[in-house]
Amino acid sequence: MDFSALTSFVISWQSLVILAVFGISLLIATYSTYAERVVAAFLQDRVGPDRAGPYGLLQPLADAVKLFTKEEFFPAGANRALFVFGPCLAMTTALMASAVIPFGNTLLLGNGDVIRLQAIEVNIGMLYVFGVVSLGVYGLMIGGWASNNKFSLLGAIRAAAQAVSYELAMGMALIALLMVTGTLSLREIALQQYDGLWNIVYQPLGFIIFIVCAFAETNRTPFDLPECETELVGGYHTEYSSMKMGLYLFAEYINVFVASAVMSTLYFGGFSFPGEHLLYNYLTSSQSELFAHNVVTILGTVTLFAKIFFFIFFFMWVRWTLPRFRYDQLMRLGWTMLFPIAILNILLTGAFILFFGSKEPKREISKEAVPTEVRTVARR
Amino acid sequence: MKLTNRSKHMAKKPMTLAERAYLPAILTGMGITLKHFFSKKATIRYPEELRPMSPTFRGLHVLKRDEQGKERCTACGLCAVACPAEAITMVAGERKKGEQNLYREEKYAVSYEINMLRCIFCGLCEEACPKAAIYLQADKMAPPRFERDEFIYGKDRLVEPVDPNARSKRGIQLTAEQAEALARRMAGMDA
Repeated sequence: MDFSALTSFVISWQSLVILAVFGISLLIATYSTYAERVVAAFLQDRVGPDRAGPYGLLQPLADAVKLFTKEEFFPAGANRALFVFGPCLAMTTALMASAVIPFGNTLLLGNGDVIRLQAIEVNIGMLYVFGVVSLGVYGLMIGGWASNNKFSLLGAIRAAAQAVSYELAMGMALIALLMVTGTLSLREIALQQYDGLWNIVYQPLGFIIFIVCAFAETNRTPFDLPECETELVGGYHTEYSSMKMGLYLFAEYINVFVASAVMSTLYFGGFSFPGEHLLYNYLTSSQSELFAHNVVTILGTVTLFAKIFFFIFFFMWVRWTLPRFRYDQLMRLGWTMLFPIAILNILLTGAFILFFGSKEPKREISKEAVPTEVRTVARR
Repeated sequence: MKLTNRSKHMAKKPMTLAERAYLPAILTGMGITLKHFFSKKATIRYPEELRPMSPTFRGLHVLKRDEQGKERCTACGLCAVACPAEAITMVAGERKKGEQNLYREEKYAVSYEINMLRCIFCGLCEEACPKAAIYLQADKMAPPRFERDEFIYGKDRLVEPVDPNARSKRGIQLTAEQAEALARRMAGMDA
């Protein structure tokens, strides 16, 4: 086979994966709106939407039709271009973040091709996610400012202040994790946990800081001050209607999905599941290595999605349990508690590495992830 | 002054570390909500599922027939007089020859209308009726409608069906023997 033909084949498979990741992000965000209402209802002893389709499963479709047919409203004195640009930016940045998340190991084709179940593999994956998610606050800022409305502007200011404050603590929590893993690539972090213990064992404190900050970053209760109805009417999207409003809501759910995926990957082993090496060894005893590797990969992807769904549920569970923080409480928690604890966590991690050695000797992980090397390292 | 021994000392104590950490309290709260997640749901899916109603519930009216299928109402107007909401109107008419099997007595209601928007479902019409002709059913309600005039129920919707099995459960219910004895007595009176 001629080399260029091979590359184009591989690239086309990879573009399919990119398309799938895009589609799955949208699909999960769509059904998060349904899940949110059902979870809310169940936690409040109700049954939730059950009219549209069996178990109300067509509810997101009905919502979409409703949003699209609503009046497109532009407030007087609004900056029209930025008013439209705001929700678009929020949506775009939210969708971009899921590109670097490894949704599984590799699938091997018979002819030696390797499909990575990850849209883009970059060695700075975690930085990329951080950068893109931080850009998301521009969507809220621009939308809030362009509305020409006091409440929108106040909501936007809150969103910006909150995002900046909590990104700091989140970054600090992440630095401690990076000291343990020694890499920024999400795929390599996942592969390390595939061989060793999950990172939650090394970084329990860091995880708690991270998840609290993730709630603040995604503007979810108890930190949904940017859209605090009791004080700000609707926050940054007060003036929004129709699908522009829908895009903001949608962006929030995609952010929740991305945050869940990142947390699963960073702290809960990504696509690894207990007993994968046993299963692999068992399958290789009777089947080909190719088959065994693919089965383990697919099961790993299923596990990752189970973890993601758990975290999405967790986000909703917390939302319908806790009341909203006051603004000064939010700032105090961010700056005087989470930030110092995060620094303490870095010191503790450093001390542990100094006295007990690092997690494991640095292993060479090839970018192509040949299955043999994943197989040979036994779970310790 | 101390009045009872049950009073509690409520001093403002500094919070313990566990309380200040906030997380244990959050976990307790989440445990409570999770318990509700699996608890029995209070929702009644209305059109498919009905709330159990009291046997004495006063719902939609029914105009009864007697055991031979004749209308009991004689259009005396006592129900309309008793009605505090003035929801009942009727037009009385005289029974013609050959209509004996339709109406029980010589005078009958040509039209009988209840405005369900006016009706307060007090049941005074039921109490006022000397012929045991009107009853408020316990298992049926006046359903919502789109138009006002759809709430004015005429005889077409008030009189119960002729088929004994399809009749309303409210009102005078006779056993088979009682009905037969009554029919015989009435036949004797006619003769």
